[in-house]
Amino acid sequence: MLRINCPVCGTRDETEFTYGGDATVVRPAMDETRAQLWLDYVFNRDNPRGPHTEYWHHVQGCRQWLVMERNTLTHEVGECHLAKEAC
Amino acid sequence: MAGQRLKQGGRIDRRKTLNVRFDGRKLQAHPGDTLASALIASGEMIVARGFKYHRARGVYAAGSEDPNALVHLRTGARHEPNARATTTQVFDGLESFAQNSWPDVRFDASAGIGLLSPFLSAGFYYKTFIGPFKGTRYWMFCESFIRKAAGMGRAVKINDPDNYDKLNAFCDLLVVGGGASGLSAALTAGRAGADVILVDQDFEPGGSLLSQPVGEASDDWLEDVLLELKSLTNVRILTRTTAFGAYDEDVYGLIENVSDHLLAPENDQPRQRYWLVRSKQAVLATGAIERPLVFANNDLPGVMLAGAVQTYVNRFGVLPGQRIVLSSNNNSAAQVALHLARAGADVTLCDARPTLPAELSDPLLAAGVTLLTGKLVIKAIGRRKVNAALIVPVDAAGRATGAAQKVTCDVIGLSGGWSPVVHLWSQRFKKPVFDDNSGSFIPAELGRETVKCAGRMVAAQTLADRIASGVTAAQAALADLSLDAVDTSVPAAPALPFDTGWADDILPVWSVTDAKGKTLGKAFVDIQHDVKLTDIDQAHREGYVSVEHLKRYTTSGMATDQGKTSNIIALARMAELSGKTIPQTGTTTFRPPYTPVAIGALVGHEHGLHFTATRYSPIHDWHLAQGAKMTEAGAWMRPWYYPDGSETLSEAYRREAAHVRQHVGIVDVSTLGKIAVQGPDAAEFLNRVYINGWKSLKSGRLRYGVMLREDGYVMDDGATACLGENDYFMSTTTANAARVLAFAEHLLQTAWKDMKVHVTTVTDQWAAFAVAGPKARDLLQSVVSGADLSREAMPNNHFVNAVINGIPVRIHRMSYSGELAYEVYVASGYAQQVWNALHAAGTPFNLKPYGTEAMGALRIEKGHVAGPEIEGRTTLNDLGLNGFASSKKPFVGSVLRGREVLTEASRPTLVGLELGSAQGAKSGSLIYAKGVAAKGHGEGWVSSTTWSPALGKYIALALVQSGKSRTGEEVQVVNHLENQTLSAKIVSSHFYDPAGERQNA
Ligand SMILES: [Zn+2]
Repeated sequence: MLRINCPVCGTRDETEFTYGGDATVVRPAMDETRAQLWLDYVFNRDNPRGPHTEYWHHVQGCRQWLVMERNTLTHEVGECHLAKEAC
Repeated sequence: MAGQRLKQGGRIDRRKTLNVRFDGRKLQAHPGDTLASALIASGEMIVARGFKYHRARGVYAAGSEDPNALVHLRTGARHEPNARATTTQVFDGLESFAQNSWPDVRFDASAGIGLLSPFLSAGFYYKTFIGPFKGTRYWMFCESFIRKAAGMGRAVKINDPDNYDKLNAFCDLLVVGGGASGLSAALTAGRAGADVILVDQDFEPGGSLLSQPVGEASDDWLEDVLLELKSLTNVRILTRTTAFGAYDEDVYGLIENVSDHLLAPENDQPRQRYWLVRSKQAVLATGAIERPLVFANNDLPGVMLAGAVQTYVNRFGVLPGQRIVLSSNNNSAAQVALHLARAGADVTLCDARPTLPAELSDPLLAAGVTLLTGKLVIKAIGRRKVNAALIVPVDAAGRATGAAQKVTCDVIGLSGGWSPVVHLWSQRFKKPVFDDNSGSFIPAELGRETVKCAGRMVAAQTLADRIASGVTAAQAALADLSLDAVDTSVPAAPALPFDTGWADDILPVWSVTDAKGKTLGKAFVDIQHDVKLTDIDQAHREGYVSVEHLKRYTTSGMATDQGKTSNIIALARMAELSGKTIPQTGTTTFRPPYTPVAIGALVGHEHGLHFTATRYSPIHDWHLAQGAKMTEAGAWMRPWYYPDGSETLSEAYRREAAHVRQHVGIVDVSTLGKIAVQGPDAAEFLNRVYINGWKSLKSGRLRYGVMLREDGYVMDDGATACLGENDYFMSTTTANAARVLAFAEHLLQTAWKDMKVHVTTVTDQWAAFAVAGPKARDLLQSVVSGADLSREAMPNNHFVNAVINGIPVRIHRMSYSGELAYEVYVASGYAQQVWNALHAAGTPFNLKPYGTEAMGALRIEKGHVAGPEIEGRTTLNDLGLNGFASSKKPFVGSVLRGREVLTEASRPTLVGLELGSAQGAKSGSLIYAKGVAAKGHGEGWVSSTTWSPALGKYIALALVQSGKSRTGEEVQVVNHLENQTLSAKIVSSHFYDPAGERQNA
């Protein structure tokens, strides 16, 4: 079980969070009309073996979306910060 | 001769005799015995029957690695299958039974017939699944037959009467294993003040020290260390507790057998307790498991691990046989031979090695042990139990090099070296590495781990080395915890005779065969799953080269013991056959649990009502008091219908729906999702997440909105009220409340960080009631003060703040039923009072409550979409909601909703169906054109269905290909599950009052 160090709540069990997918994708601007950019944002993902930057939602805690480094191979958890704060 | 209790010795309380039975026969048992030691002491040689061939099986080991002695424990609701006799602590009144045998474990009718043998060689399941027999009656026949004959234990279908507990724990250091190295680690860390949890699966700590004779010097050491450990308040010692799983971030799963050693739990204690331990550091001191040697008839009762024989003699005072042959390839059997000879047994030690060093052989010869060097047992002889051992001279590969000799005996003790218990380490990190020095797999150096290993688990050999490695591991953990080791002088290691370990001079022999490499009969690798050496050979011949494939093809190592004694032998054979080394062949992956875990322990209290949270509206008790039938909506309980007397669901909802259209009804809609959207950019936020425009919405107004997912499909709908300049009150469907909130939070915290908006769930803070029907206004006006609800003052999509019986409420005018309707919002804590006030005022207007079924009927009559239509695969156009979408602004999903697949003209679209029949359509029924064969997926499906009291017929909502252009067409409505075909006419989905005159009244 992962233990996630929420910047607001401290280190908590994985079961309090939901996974939010790849955090490196950038949502296109609202007025973006090119479908390919939206398709990339919504569907197209790399599947890296090793370090991965991802979203976790502290859904049963402070309800903040976090950006966390996780190694997909070893499950080692790295740096974790609030998504709304630039890292 | 069978096993018997020695006159003296053992760590048992001979003053007390316990009433313990096996298949009804009374056993000789004392406190301190396991069921296995009591069985051996009572001469019960045959305790189980083999999985496939029903061969007689006896006690084989003395710990959780035993593959054989699986029994039923207890009767009635506490009956427990597949319990290991070797780890079952006896108690007064324990009833145990053999399993997988009929009529009796001693005379099993299925044994010897060999009926199943041809079916059950390696790969039987695979070949039958994928071969010509796949899906055939032949397979069905085999399966039922195999299940009946080859089953393991039998479960009961009675509810378990006991409680199982869960406990979350934290510590600085978890020490797994209470043997010499684990105790040393715990003491070192405990003295330094670390918060330590020490766990051991046994009911007594001490590990292998308990297998030393009573009075040996190790007893004093153990006593001293335990005394000091118990005096340390920062050390928790958990016995009867197995660490079964090691997980990410230093989380460990433990099962504490709190009451398994009692007839029934006492003092309201649970039967078992599941600990989830979050530790900062761990020391794994899990010991090692002895390996057998494989030869013909090696499953005969009387064949045991050498160390197990030693344990039964020294710990339990039980001599498993008078004449004992040991067959070994390493030094560890020497101490066994010495202890057995001292206990009065007639001992022959066969050793694969040509010579033994004098420091071993001289004392053994002096003790009367017969030494046969360069020799091993090639076959156990006997019917249902060992009578003799056939012994041959062997070469370094275990092949016979000369004539056999027969030695009469009743026990054959085996030592093929030892396997460190690397399971937890491997679960957490990766596969272990092969250590040539000790001939075993040990943990690899990782260099970053919070897990330290000690003792036999890292192939430390002598007692002094094991104690030292425990201290070293604890010191390393303390350093990582930034704690200073204050005193590392744990009591000095006592001197033990023949404290040799297994590694020095081990001759890696795995199986004993004739000169050509053949066994002289059935020779088992995995005794619990009845996998023979020849099955491994067959898998090799058929081309299996990966150990993972070998395991699944032969099922070796897949029984409840997970191959603790057998895996290494299977892969050593694989390596030998393929001409590779063991490291080249590799090992299979270790996964939790280390030993079987009862499902009840994992469930804990989370069953029945406690399985998950149940959400209740503030009016819940009133609904129950009115006799409402309740229905589940996600976690919520909602009133389904309010039967009048003996009314059925069908009768009740028709009456309730008709009543709303004629008079006035009230329905509890408190379960709707409610989200406060607040801040200077709230309107812009709504503008982005909803498809329609929000900038023009004035304070005091509400608006129906639809939102899409990012991929362009419809996500949810609901009304949002503008409470003030920067203050909006959004409602969502009951089902999607959590999803919408999480999505809004995601957008605001990741993509739209600049927007000044807060979203807050207020679902539980507000109760809501829909009051609907021609008399709704008259009723509300009669009870409300401070608000004018007239048609002119308050048209649809307006709201007003008002007071009912002194309680502030907010009244929205919005209709879901199609009638003149209002929604009354009130703070949850006052909901019941307002509800009561409405009912009191409602008597003259004939106010009646209605449930979700009638609510559904009313909305279907109006053609309003709900969950069955907004189901994740439908677009705005599919649902006829395109008209709401703004073309003047982008919104979530506005680009991707234009994808080709989402805009195809042939997509099923929302229509109404009128059934001409006396039966309604079932939701999920498929739509076919008239006259075509009802095959395949059809041209659409029925989403919602009801009797329409207003129309006096069955109607339905459906999604039908090119639906809008097919109005008037007769179609078939086919329910393939019930072989029902109905005829229906496609009509507009707005069945009732399409102009909306009633709601605008
Ligand atoms: Zn948090």
